[in-house]
Amino acid sequence: MHLVSENAFTMTDGRVTLDRRPILRGVDLTVRPGEVVAIMGANGSGKSTLIRALLGLTPLSGGQTLLYGRPPGRFRDWWRVGYVPQRLAVGGGVPATVREVVTSGRISRQKRLRLTSADDREAVASALESVGLADRAADPVQALSGGQQQRVLIARALAGRPDTYVMDEPTAGVDAATQQLLADTLATLVAGGKTIVLVAHELGPLEPLITRGVVVREGRIAHDGPPPEPEGECARPGHEHVHPHAAEAAAGPLRGWQGEA
Amino acid sequence: MIDLLGREFFQLALIAALLVGLCAPAVGTFIVQRRLALLGDGIGHVALTGVALGFLTGTAPVLTAVAVAIAGAVAIEVVRARGRTSGDVALALLFYGGIAGGVMLMGIAPGGSNAKLNSYLFGAIASVSRLDIWVIGGLAVAVLLVVGIFGRELFVLCQDEEMARASGLPVRFLSLLIAVTAALTVVIAMRVVGLLLVSALMVIPVATSQQLTRGFRSTMLLAMLFGVIAAVGGLLVSAQSAKVAPGAAIVLLALLGFVLALGVGKFVRRGRSSQESTVSERRSVSVKEVA
Repeated sequence: MHLVSENAFTMTDGRVTLDRRPILRGVDLTVRPGEVVAIMGANGSGKSTLIRALLGLTPLSGGQTLLYGRPPGRFRDWWRVGYVPQRLAVGGGVPATVREVVTSGRISRQKRLRLTSADDREAVASALESVGLADRAADPVQALSGGQQQRVLIARALAGRPDTYVMDEPTAGVDAATQQLLADTLATLVAGGKTIVLVAHELGPLEPLITRGVVVREGRIAHDGPPPEPEGECARPGHEHVHPHAAEAAAGPLRGWQGEA
Repeated sequence: MIDLLGREFFQLALIAALLVGLCAPAVGTFIVQRRLALLGDGIGHVALTGVALGFLTGTAPVLTAVAVAIAGAVAIEVVRARGRTSGDVALALLFYGGIAGGVMLMGIAPGGSNAKLNSYLFGAIASVSRLDIWVIGGLAVAVLLVVGIFGRELFVLCQDEEMARASGLPVRFLSLLIAVTAALTVVIAMRVVGLLLVSALMVIPVATSQQLTRGFRSTMLLAMLFGVIAAVGGLLVSAQSAKVAPGAAIVLLALLGFVLALGVGKFVRRGRSSQESTVSERRSVSVKEVA
């Protein structure tokens, strides 16, 4: 298989069981290079578990998943994947500067016994620049607001210059300015041919970038195809969160889609 | 004092204090960041059994302590990585077993006595021999090499284990490495401050330093400086009077430093946060303009 045409992720009948509770119940998902996939679903539907399983962070109890053609345990080119978790982990209270955390995004490209290179510094500086945190580089991450910490996480992934970005709710709990900044950053990545898989409740300004929507419901994929055309407020994917009736809301975004398909 | 400096036992004690002051906070920074501040205490308890085994078998206690401390550290890491709810209970069992085993074996051992037991529990820096210094020096070099070579990876691991996994780092190996390095540090510090106070030198200088710093690397370097000041300073204080135990003096001096840093840190941070708020105000204005 030619390297360029290799799929970023290939999951076949993926199953995950946590505490004897089935979270994923047989998921087939292939992500091709250059796709921008939004994974959506209600709370507890298994969408975060799905992306964690794609990366091998959560082991499968059945089926298999491949990262660029290899199971996570035998995958070596980790620099090709950039993970943006939901929240910044700040550890046990020892401060770390914004630059230190963003530099850690270079770790899969660095070699032991080699000092931080000029390439590393350049990548970190441009990542900080593109999320607008260059002037906060020397500040401790603990002193930043939630939205700024989210930018640090994105900068950390950018610094590694991966081929594929995996983002867990990058827009959750983030102010409108940061959402717009994220959309602009992603637009640049998409234009550069990068692959993006993101979990989102509300697409907001990201919507025009999405090439494919995957809806997870009760551990299975309920919809996989083109992103929904917003037809009225109720068909918008982000709708479920503002809807006052939770039960209806969970089904809300699916109705329009299933009608289309 | 001048008189003491000329004596070999005191020179050896100074070297030991210096090495401990350097190593313990360096490892401690990772341990604290990993939320394992009490790991050193756990290993210290287990190492007591190692010391007693040394007396029982007629081997150098430092060497048996290294072996048992490493075994204990690996056991603690395995429990930590596996366990969810029963983890802390399993750790507690290991700690009690370590102390009880140490006390019992020490009683049986031919050369064992309460005085010897005490010298390991609370330190006996004045009795450090040349052989001890070679062992301590070797361990110190090993510890500093680990920090130098693996520091970058250990930082990612201790900051965010999931990120370490998603970056393809050898998480299991690094976790064992940090546990084993902590075990070596405990054994180095054992002769200086004693097994019961070992953890103090791994934790207090770090807690002190982080009151004043903004980054991980600066915290570690400043903690090492504080560690050396406390260890050497405590030794010098105790040299003034035979009634002052060096281990206790070192730890109390470190604690005094922490209290001072707490005050200074509040002052520093107040100045810093007012500075920061103006920066973020400026930023939010400029973001609005862009939007």
